[in-house]
Amino acid sequence: MTGNPGLVPAGAGVPAEDGDPLLEAEGITVEFGDRRVLERVDLAVRGGEIVTLIGPNGAGKSTLVRVVLGHLKPGAGVVRRRPGLTIGYLPQRFGFEATLPLTVRGFLDLPKPRPKARLLSALAEVGVAETLDRAVQALSGGELQRLLLARALLREPDLLVLDEPLQGVDFGGQIALFQLIAEVRRRRGCGVLMVSHDLHLVMAGTDRVVCLNRHVCCSGAPDSVSRHPEYLSLFGPKAAEGLAVYAHDHDHKHELSGDVTALPKGAEPGEGRPATPDDGGGR
Amino acid sequence: MIDDFLWRALAAGLGVALVAGPLGCFIVWRRMAYFGDSLAHSALLGVALGLVLHFDLTLGVLVSSAVLALLLALLQRQRRLASDTLLGILAHSGLALSLVVLSFFETLRLDLMTYLFGDVLAVSGSDLLWIYGANVVALGILALVWRPLLAATIHEELARAEGVPVAAVRVVFVLLVAIVIATAMKVVGILLITALLIIPAAAARQFARSPEQMALFAIIAGALSVVFGLGGSLQWDTPAGPSVVVAAAALFALSLLAGALRRSAHHDP
Repeated sequence: MTGNPGLVPAGAGVPAEDGDPLLEAEGITVEFGDRRVLERVDLAVRGGEIVTLIGPNGAGKSTLVRVVLGHLKPGAGVVRRRPGLTIGYLPQRFGFEATLPLTVRGFLDLPKPRPKARLLSALAEVGVAETLDRAVQALSGGELQRLLLARALLREPDLLVLDEPLQGVDFGGQIALFQLIAEVRRRRGCGVLMVSHDLHLVMAGTDRVVCLNRHVCCSGAPDSVSRHPEYLSLFGPKAAEGLAVYAHDHDHKHELSGDVTALPKGAEPGEGRPATPDDGGGR
Repeated sequence: MIDDFLWRALAAGLGVALVAGPLGCFIVWRRMAYFGDSLAHSALLGVALGLVLHFDLTLGVLVSSAVLALLLALLQRQRRLASDTLLGILAHSGLALSLVVLSFFETLRLDLMTYLFGDVLAVSGSDLLWIYGANVVALGILALVWRPLLAATIHEELARAEGVPVAAVRVVFVLLVAIVIATAMKVVGILLITALLIIPAAAARQFARSPEQMALFAIIAGALSVVFGLGGSLQWDTPAGPSVVVAAAALFALSLLAGALRRSAHHDP
């Protein structure tokens, strides 16, 4: 039941990643009162790359997203964005207030109105063009996430920041939605930073996984992370078992396509110092 | 033949309904009913200040509400106490403080009921000027910030990520609420202002298909409440402010009924 041949393998048909990261965060430390939420976290996303942030509840994933978006000033560390970078953002746990009468079109027309043709093409790109005149409250979980994705795409983003994009979507819908995200990335060549706690589904289709638990426990290609002792201690051996099915599938696809983008190897656990994607690579 | 004071009362009520409708919608959408209530309760502080320092009471309420709203926005930055707790503290200490202050000035012979429940039949020409002047400004500002405010109301973080200056928009919004409170005090009184904000908006929800429609319907519902309320007050010699709110509540009940009927007609044609 877990294996799904439909998953898009990492790196397949992806435009060549350019060297300069779209976004780079370095040494991010955040404290709320006397509670340290993030500790010297490094993160970089390049064009055309899907980076998935995983970690248990309370690991600071969403806090890191807020820092990356510029909504939260970190206590220490810097975030560098490529000049003129446009970010499309899909927030976590999004819900529409029941008392607010709003159609999909009305929602997409905020904060500024756009031509109907543009709205329709964005909705069509994510497969929900028929919802244009529906009330937003009448959408299913999957339709809602697609609508939010369309909204992010309307900004013509260089980078998509997706906070738990598969939330509220049933299992079959999750696979389709994840495929769609990979497809959008391929078509547009934008970078994707995704937050997920759903390891199985997301990891195999991701170029790089960053495992966060206040600090970066480990990062690298999905299969290397899944064997990392810190990952196993966070999620248990079962998590790796589930993933193995995918890893196998994913390897197979790579052979067929013959088009493999070199992925960074798994990083060293590095005491206290967060691992960066380049660790273990050619330096 | 209707007396002048009745026309003035009607004009004052309609002027307030004009702004209370759309702003009330935002109060409902943003779930800020308690905020409106708290701000209104502490408006008595403005009355006390105005009386003590001898300046216009409407201006006093406007200033005190604005200061309290901004103070609250500041206090909300700390995370130890929840917003509703802070609101309760501000509102009730404001109300209590003003009552204490007023007690020092017994010579003022203040009719508290006037402020708590309104005195729309005593609205003067200069009151009307205030109401319409302030509300026209408020409506203009609201029209200007409509889209960003709506975007921030739907999802603040998303709006922020899309470049909406959410903090500034929020400040503008609470100042608009302060304006409505200052002008509505004469009509329905401090204790019932929130009712005039949220009941017409809630009644409008049943029929609206867009936020703009809901705002428009809320204005109409508010205006009808004023007309029926004042009419009823005249007919049965009931207090005007509370009568307006009772009329609004009756309209809301009717809207629920009409909404239910329409839905059932929709389902089995």
